[in-house]
Amino acid sequence: MTMAQRSDDLPISHEGFLTHKRYRYLKATLVLCAAAIVVYILADRELRPNGGTWLGYTLGAISALLIVWLMMLGIRKRAITAGNWSLKGWTSAHVYLGASLLVLATLHTGFQFGLNVHSLAYALMVVVILSGFIGVYYYAVAPRKMSDNRAHRSQKDMLDAIRALNRELREAANPLDQKHADEVKRAIRLTKLKPGLFQSIDSAQRGCATARAAKRLRKAAAQAGAGERRALEAVTAILERKSALLMRTRRHIRLKTLLQLWLYIHVPLSFALLAALAAHIVSVFFYW
Amino acid sequence: MVNIAAGSRGQELESVKIAIVGSGPAGLSAAGRAAARGFSHILLEKAPHLSDTIYKYQRGKYIMGTPDQLPLRSDIEFKAGSRESIINRWDDDAANLKINVRKNADVAAIEGSQGAFKLTLAGGETLSAEFVVLAIGVQGNPNKLKKPGADQPFVQYQLDDPKEYFDENIIVMGGGDAGIENALGLAHPDQGNIVTLLQRADGFPRAKEANVQALYKARDEGRLDFITESGLLRIERGQSGESLWIAVVDTKDGEARLPCDRLIARLGAAPPRKFVEAIGVEFTGPDREAFPVLTSQYQSSVPGLYIIGALAGFPLIKHCMNQGHDVVEFIAGNRDLEPPDTPLLQKLFADAPARRSVDQWIDLIKNRVDALQDVSPLQMREFLLSSTIHNKKRGDIIVRRNDIGSSIFAIIDGTVAVEVDPNDKSKTVPIKTGDIFGELGLISGRRRTATVRADEPALLLEIPRNATLKLMASVPGVKRRMDRISMERQVGQIFGRLLSRSAVEEILDRAEIVPLKAGDAFIQEGERSTDIFIIRSGSVVVEKRVGGKDVFLSYVLAGNYVGEMSLFYDGLRTATVRAAIKSEVVRLPGEIFERLLNQSPDLYRSVEALVAKRRKLNDYVEAKRESFSSVVDMHTSVARFLLEEEGLSEATDALVIDETLCIGCDNCEKACADVHEGISRLDREAGNSYAYIHVPTSCRHCEHPHCMTDCPPDAIHRGPDGEVFIDEKCIGCGNCQRYCPYGVIQLAAIPPKKPGLFSWLVFGAGPGPGEPDKDWIERKRKKGEEPPKLAVKCDMCSGIKGGPACVRACPTGAAARISPDDYLSLAGEERE
Repeated sequence: MTMAQRSDDLPISHEGFLTHKRYRYLKATLVLCAAAIVVYILADRELRPNGGTWLGYTLGAISALLIVWLMMLGIRKRAITAGNWSLKGWTSAHVYLGASLLVLATLHTGFQFGLNVHSLAYALMVVVILSGFIGVYYYAVAPRKMSDNRAHRSQKDMLDAIRALNRELREAANPLDQKHADEVKRAIRLTKLKPGLFQSIDSAQRGCATARAAKRLRKAAAQAGAGERRALEAVTAILERKSALLMRTRRHIRLKTLLQLWLYIHVPLSFALLAALAAHIVSVFFYW
Repeated sequence: MVNIAAGSRGQELESVKIAIVGSGPAGLSAAGRAAARGFSHILLEKAPHLSDTIYKYQRGKYIMGTPDQLPLRSDIEFKAGSRESIINRWDDDAANLKINVRKNADVAAIEGSQGAFKLTLAGGETLSAEFVVLAIGVQGNPNKLKKPGADQPFVQYQLDDPKEYFDENIIVMGGGDAGIENALGLAHPDQGNIVTLLQRADGFPRAKEANVQALYKARDEGRLDFITESGLLRIERGQSGESLWIAVVDTKDGEARLPCDRLIARLGAAPPRKFVEAIGVEFTGPDREAFPVLTSQYQSSVPGLYIIGALAGFPLIKHCMNQGHDVVEFIAGNRDLEPPDTPLLQKLFADAPARRSVDQWIDLIKNRVDALQDVSPLQMREFLLSSTIHNKKRGDIIVRRNDIGSSIFAIIDGTVAVEVDPNDKSKTVPIKTGDIFGELGLISGRRRTATVRADEPALLLEIPRNATLKLMASVPGVKRRMDRISMERQVGQIFGRLLSRSAVEEILDRAEIVPLKAGDAFIQEGERSTDIFIIRSGSVVVEKRVGGKDVFLSYVLAGNYVGEMSLFYDGLRTATVRAAIKSEVVRLPGEIFERLLNQSPDLYRSVEALVAKRRKLNDYVEAKRESFSSVVDMHTSVARFLLEEEGLSEATDALVIDETLCIGCDNCEKACADVHEGISRLDREAGNSYAYIHVPTSCRHCEHPHCMTDCPPDAIHRGPDGEVFIDEKCIGCGNCQRYCPYGVIQLAAIPPKKPGLFSWLVFGAGPGPGEPDKDWIERKRKKGEEPPKLAVKCDMCSGIKGGPACVRACPTGAAARISPDDYLSLAGEERE
């Protein structure tokens, strides 16, 4: 295994999927799009352009085949057959050639849109591609953040550590009076790990039962007598440790979610697109 | 029947022809043979059941019948199967054969010799025998607690299955491997046990490094606790408000009272050697690995006393059972009995040009091959079973330069030629009959350094790595001879062209092998010395102090040398050199080199040319001293992280993940599972990271694989592409897993076959790509059909076109496989 490139900031660096083989598929995409545009301009003299011209058919056929091929990534990813293929290369081609559809399919429409199955297919395609861009964006920024945040810990490590802190909390709560002990137990029970989908990490932290209990018990410790204070302070310290760990874990889960969430739009809409595309092709050939 | 006066202390039990001590596979088989032959005999077992060692195996453990090619010769049946099925079978066989067993009979002393042995049991009873067969294994007697309360039923000296215990306060005593492994097993978070380990010493010097690390990690995660420099004082009833039972423990900070529902004492065992030596048996040497001195018929230095089984150095059940059968035949006077391996050895020599009997071959090899002089016939037979005979024609290639291989070759007949210059095949050095070659690869764990071909028709014996290592460990003469040969070759390889024969001899006479621990510096910057060091095994890092910081200069692998530069800097060391991992270097005295260089201007020029590249790097760093950037700092710290902390300095091929690209999709793990029978051999998320480089838990294919240290069936090998793999001989004992410091080996049962990808995609059949989940496996598997758990590790996707699936299946290009010598050097061009 040889590294093709060595970037400046990392002693070991790999070519990622975006830079794969020195932007091979970006170059291919640019050439493809440029060629399509040039031919479109040159050919577009006499008739109003539409999908029914020879250029329209050609662009439509290329686009349809591309869509089917792009969807094959889902199979390629899961079928680990022998051979000299690289999923990274496939992803790279998927991203760039997928983006090229914005040009190819748009030219195929001849800029004719309406409320019909044809434009539906086009609209679905655009949404799929845009959701793909969101995916590319998160793929580019989230991994680094995730690495910073998790600081050598795996998700399982984090969950184990939270569990261990819960045990510590239960033990430390034993010497407290009933009211405060109940408060600690309630905090353990009511703490929800996952932030809401549209909730920021900060607000999840503020609303978290653990953080609230820590705040209240710290107040109680300030007012308590010397004997009780020590026990309360011990519990508060654990609660605060847990709160810090919860923040880290929540951030981890958030980033992990962001890396997957877009797929819940991208993939189902791809299938919808495939169906609409089939309808579009069938209707064009049988009912035009 | 001999007539022996009754013992003075106890009562004379009986008088037999053969007394067999120990009822493991070896002893039981011997008793079975004695019973079948109709000899008066007694089988003495200290435990209340037969075969204590196997009895104590974990419930349901699958026991394999290796080595498969060896026929079983015993009156007792043995087939691979679960622990229970084997124990039941043996109990039945013992009853059917009417073996005279005495359980709970702990033999305390054996006196006398052939015809008149007296065996004294722990209770004082004695019995007499004409012959004694000692088959007591190597486990010894576990040391027992002698404190008040230690007779409680919850005090135990073994742990069958840690998963049986829930929600208990458990104290484990003893900081050896057994104690630590028990404590870790019991401290599984799902079981809710509160586990405390008590250790007498400060630290855990007797335990394996990996276990100690796991223990500290478990404590840091709050899963268990341990107290060093502590001991049990007594066990007593708890007072009010306390648990039912309390262990009173002496600690550095005074007495502590720990709740105690269960106490597991793993205080080691008295090794049986003392007992055996007290009988008068001699051993091959003073070290721990030494075995009793035995004849080919298992007779020890005490006439009439025979030793078989693990104590004789044979850990596998089938060997032991065959020995049990044979030893009784030998005692019966059956001198014609060929060992059961004779047909196999005959086959080994079938292709040899000359016809000789197995014994003649063994004699010939022993007499011809200098390095094997001190090996006993029994040891010869053993390693020959795993060896190969090659009959080569003139011109045949035997090993190729840069091939993977760590076996050694002994020349029984003929000579071979070593191609010393890769660019010129005609330049060769001969190796003659009786010599060995291939030892450099064995010692360094790296690729073959030269191509070797037969110079005339040659008969060669190829001995695999593990057999050679075992020979070197058990026969000091083999190690001494091999060390001298390897030093001679290494000096010759590096300076041979420049130095005269007499100069090489002079250097060799004063050369010494220096063992180093990881991190040991053997060259210090600023020191005055001109000694040259050849790196024999392991690897070293060269560092230079620049602006108050140690800057990583280069990484030097086994087979190369360091320290020659001071010859050109007035004897001043210009950099520090430290061992990156456990290594061995050969120190060559500098004065000799200085004198030789001064005598011969030609030599001076040649050596100067040899080191020119390194000087350039050194001068470059010197020149840039002031302007060193943070990039270099980064480079140095990353090099340290990977080479020293993550152990990549002993890796040959490791998986690393670029965390700026990894999206955590785990497709690498899924791909691994899908190309390997449903078990992923890597854990992506686990493992450390530094500067966005993540080293996941996955095999590094070490130069000297730790996992090979003690594999009873010799199932771990290095394949043609350098991959370390486990073959089908694996018995699932878990030794490799314990020896691996990187935690990359797991014991796993192969899950049932999944439906294909298409049925999953279209019909949702099966669990989908990757490792199937537990529930699915349980539903799919019929009850009682769980296949044995065997060791599973990365095999670098050997034999799969396209190479490692983890890398191919990475969607973003985060995963890559690297070997330490193709990256990380400051200037880029500086490469060994």
